[in-house]
Amino acid sequence: MNQSNAAGISLASMWVGFIAFAVAALLGLYQVVERMEIIPALTSPELYFGSVSTHGVLMGFVLTTFLVMGYGYYTATTSLKQDLWNKPLAWFGFWLTVVGVLLAAGPLLTGNASVLYTFYPPLMAHPAFYIGATLLVVGSWVWCLEMVMMLAAWKKANPGETVPLAMYGTTANAILWFITSLGVASEVLFQLIPWSLGIIDTVDVGLARTLFSWTLHAIVYFWLFPAYIALYTLVPTAAGGRLFSDQMARFAFIMLLVFSVPIGFHHLYMDPFQAGGWKFLHMTGTFMVAVPTLITGFTVIASLEIAGRLRGGKGLFGWIGALPWGNPMVLATILAMLMLTFGGFGGMINASYSMNTMVHNTQWVTGHFHLIFGGTTVIMYFAIAYYLWPKMTGRQLYSNALALKQLWLWFIGMLILTLPWHQLGIAGQPRRISSTPYDASLVDTWTTSEGLMVAGGVILLLSALMLVYNLYRTHGNAQAETNLTVEYAEPLHSIQRMPHLMNSFGFWVLLIVVYMMASYGYPIAQFFLMDTYGTVPWSI
Amino acid sequence: MDPLKAICEDPLERKWIWLSLIMAFVLGGLLGFYALSSNIHPPSNVETIDSSRLHLTTEFAEDNLGVRPNGDGSLTVTMVAARYGFYPPRIEVPVDTPVTFRIASADVLHGVHVPFTNMTTMVVPGYISEVNTSFPRTGEFSLLCNEYCGLGHDSMWSRLVVVPESAGGESS
Repeated sequence: MNQSNAAGISLASMWVGFIAFAVAALLGLYQVVERMEIIPALTSPELYFGSVSTHGVLMGFVLTTFLVMGYGYYTATTSLKQDLWNKPLAWFGFWLTVVGVLLAAGPLLTGNASVLYTFYPPLMAHPAFYIGATLLVVGSWVWCLEMVMMLAAWKKANPGETVPLAMYGTTANAILWFITSLGVASEVLFQLIPWSLGIIDTVDVGLARTLFSWTLHAIVYFWLFPAYIALYTLVPTAAGGRLFSDQMARFAFIMLLVFSVPIGFHHLYMDPFQAGGWKFLHMTGTFMVAVPTLITGFTVIASLEIAGRLRGGKGLFGWIGALPWGNPMVLATILAMLMLTFGGFGGMINASYSMNTMVHNTQWVTGHFHLIFGGTTVIMYFAIAYYLWPKMTGRQLYSNALALKQLWLWFIGMLILTLPWHQLGIAGQPRRISSTPYDASLVDTWTTSEGLMVAGGVILLLSALMLVYNLYRTHGNAQAETNLTVEYAEPLHSIQRMPHLMNSFGFWVLLIVVYMMASYGYPIAQFFLMDTYGTVPWSI
Repeated sequence: MDPLKAICEDPLERKWIWLSLIMAFVLGGLLGFYALSSNIHPPSNVETIDSSRLHLTTEFAEDNLGVRPNGDGSLTVTMVAARYGFYPPRIEVPVDTPVTFRIASADVLHGVHVPFTNMTTMVVPGYISEVNTSFPRTGEFSLLCNEYCGLGHDSMWSRLVVVPESAGGESS
């Protein structure tokens, strides 16, 4: 019998996410081919920008939100050993989110919402697109509420006990997401929906972009959290070792929670309407948010080293070879860490107050976030799926060998796709273009890298289909899975008593509120203090 | 006393955290130092304008666009970005001369990027973008729109020509 009463909703959520992912991967291949302009029949800005908008929404909003919700429900029930707080409400949230996606899909697929997933007013999409996106966010708030209520119930039943690390991280993410999504929710509710329905005539684009920046950076940590939770709580056991430090994991979660929202202006470095001092303030926070990632790198690699040595690995590097490379969770972790390292270096450039000038809005940025998100984060989503599918379905994974091949292909494809993109960015290629009708002297330097990106796109699509096939076949596998327990990692040192601050969220939420008022208070208020001019809607 | 000791038992990990923190501070500090000492800032002008009435303003009226000397040896380049072009379409400036670009959008969001130079800014309707820079190398550069502005976005680009000092600079 399954140990969690959330298996149904978790499976349903993750399936929605992975179906969206497969469709988006197909669109991704179309986009690299279109952009290379090798097949003239495919060249069409209408199709291309519709495709980019859909790809972004599916990958950034649908895959992520549904995976976070599904994994979160399963983590909450298994780590707390507790039933869902309110199962009908959880399903209501799920269906609300699905309805939101379907509502947004209409205008997206018919070319009536080719405004990219960042909305970009004053380009205006069909109102159904904005309303659908809102329902998606509101549906995910139900998940946030479920997580917070489950933690509260557990704390009441276990006074003074240390919250299991996996649940501590999951709740941190629920709180993070609620605070993060308020920015885009305000933009959509107070500006875009009334404007697209004709209730108001104009929007202040500066205010809209400021509100979006509130969401735009922390959302990537919302996406990243499940990966980090798996790295800390599932990987050490999968590798045959222990978690190096439970407290450092909590410390990293807290730092991510506090520092990831009030730093969104590094997306606005090149924008007018915000003064340099505010941008600089947000930059300092941006560098601080690199610290929890560096801590995570250390703790996870140290945990792997413990496992490698327990398995008989000797010497400075011998433990690496002794790791169970045939375990999808371990393999995904190693590949994720490599991609995180490459992507992290690039991120430092993007985050820099002045160096950002060189790469802003170039293909470099696309390369960066495909490495960090598409690479590091999504490869951990695969590992989570391979680990949980047998436990949720009670069937053994259809093919471990196929899973390993899929992970390697994803890694190779991602490097082939993104490293050339970095080169293209430095060579001046803008992101978000469907063709390159520029000077030959400029365009000629791009050809090799563009050819490589098409190869990367083919490999990635193949890998995406292998994932979906493997998960699908698992449901029909005749061999039953015997171990249905989610084996959370034991820390190397057991903690006698967790400090209150590292076992609760009240103080940290208060700190975020103060930090947010300091970093976003005046920058938002200024739009109401100065004479601004709204902008009328424009079609694409 | 190591303040990290309260939350982290392992001395090696504490060293790593200190190293990470120092790295974050040094990087931030360096960027702050250059921002202040060399006046290197991203374009951060806060100035509003009614984008639907650019043609009625003095500064962005068609006749007044282009390159103008400021009297102190520096130049001001006034431009309008509108789907799908930059106006005037060709800008000529002398090498190694301080140039202030002032750009407004007549419609939607645009971006400007001149690859291999420091000339980049977003152009946001309702606001005036201002970039202060100079060009150390002569030659013909592409001035690209680097922000999605509609289905014709790809074809929105023009030229920036950096000429030797003696030739002066003008727009046509």
